[in-house]
Amino acid sequence: MRILPSGTRALLLELDSLEEVLAQYAALQAAELPVLDLVPAGRTILVIGDRDTDLKALAGRLASIEPGEHTGVTGAPVEIPVQYDGEDLSDAAHLLGCSPEELVRRHLEEEWTVAFCGFAPGFGYLAGAKFTWDTPRRSSPRTKVPAGSLALAGEFTGVYPRESPGGWQLIGHALVDVFDLDRDPAALLVPGAAVRFVESTP
Amino acid sequence: MSRILRVLEPGALTTVQDFGRPGQAALGIGRSGACDRGAHRLANALVGNHPTLATLEATFGGLALEAGSDLVVAAAGARCSGVPHLAPFRLAAGERLTLGAPQAGLRTYLAVRGGIDVAPVLGSRATDILSGLGPTPLAKGDVLPIGTTPRPVPGVDVAPVPEPTNDRLTVHVSAGPRRDWFDDAAWDLFTSQTYAVDSQSNRVGVRLTGEPLPRLREGELVSEGMVRGAVQLPPSGLPVLFLADHPVTGGYPVIAYVDDLDVDRCAQLRPGQELRFTTHAR
Repeated sequence: MRILPSGTRALLLELDSLEEVLAQYAALQAAELPVLDLVPAGRTILVIGDRDTDLKALAGRLASIEPGEHTGVTGAPVEIPVQYDGEDLSDAAHLLGCSPEELVRRHLEEEWTVAFCGFAPGFGYLAGAKFTWDTPRRSSPRTKVPAGSLALAGEFTGVYPRESPGGWQLIGHALVDVFDLDRDPAALLVPGAAVRFVESTP
Repeated sequence: MSRILRVLEPGALTTVQDFGRPGQAALGIGRSGACDRGAHRLANALVGNHPTLATLEATFGGLALEAGSDLVVAAAGARCSGVPHLAPFRLAAGERLTLGAPQAGLRTYLAVRGGIDVAPVLGSRATDILSGLGPTPLAKGDVLPIGTTPRPVPGVDVAPVPEPTNDRLTVHVSAGPRRDWFDDAAWDLFTSQTYAVDSQSNRVGVRLTGEPLPRLREGELVSEGMVRGAVQLPPSGLPVLFLADHPVTGGYPVIAYVDDLDVDRCAQLRPGQELRFTTHAR
């Protein structure tokens, strides 16, 4: 783990893999650090202090925290009902070298974990543990991806919380809102949470 | 007589702002809030508000309001003609105020005693123009509810603080997490040239024009978290200095960070104004 500078209010922890990020994020959460925010991402965790944070002391504390024992997955998985009716389902299956039916089977059997969130409020990047997911993005991104779209890109799957531009392969749609301001909590997916997709019949 | 302000003209862009939504970045929710936090804080202090109450952030003046009841108001940040500046004043029921275009600076904070009392979203009344969270920007005909506060009215006539100018601004930077994507010659160019503020700048960030910086590395970075003050270098080699509505994570290398206190001053930069980055002690 390396500690990189990020201005007068924050420090950036750099790790070697997504698994290490999840383990370290779990450990940092358990340590109850006096900080404003922790922002996990693909290979890093940004630790944001406030006006009174002594970054030097914080860096010393961060260096002494050992990674968590587990990968951060806690509690029962969040179940997301979906339908596999996306426009890119055949293309995505072809890119992954399998049939659409096989892609759906793997997607349903996979044990997903929310690695981190970003791009838009409530957009979780979900990483799998059982299968190899390495889905190329669409060569030309869509200007409008409908809200609720279930999609694949790189090592991740995700659900678009709202209509937005996007280059991910659309394989279906979710039947719950992953981000809903009228619900508490608004975000269904939080870093470290386990997720299972459940097929819903049309 | 209800405690309201009626929006007669919103100006180019006026939003409701406070200190934003800290602590939710892990859910993909950016902090947002006032671009010039110091000016927001000062405007609130002048009317006796707690600093966390919401103010109006007007961009380049143009805002016209009508009071629905007697209100106490104060402006801070960019000085606009037409209203007292850095001094609380009374707006009687039915009275109007209009912010003229500022002669220097970009963003003016208008605090009303009791605060702008629109419904909070995820703990804040701030409008985040990137994510779309919070109230929509002010529009003609909007009616803004005004809250109340038990705090005493401060015995202040005027607050003498430095104001934004049109001069070249020099701000302090330190090396960012991806300084090693650039060689020393590029870093020297970064800290010695005079940049100009591009007109495409907004609450997300200040875009700068100047001599492009060459990168040592090609390829993409795995997106990583950032805070305001981050200076990101896209493939164009022209820096973007992030302000309040910055994305939670970014995939271009952050070469440097502007000291947090200096970010407030950057929020007052106007298109065409000059900016330099220095590593020298103040």
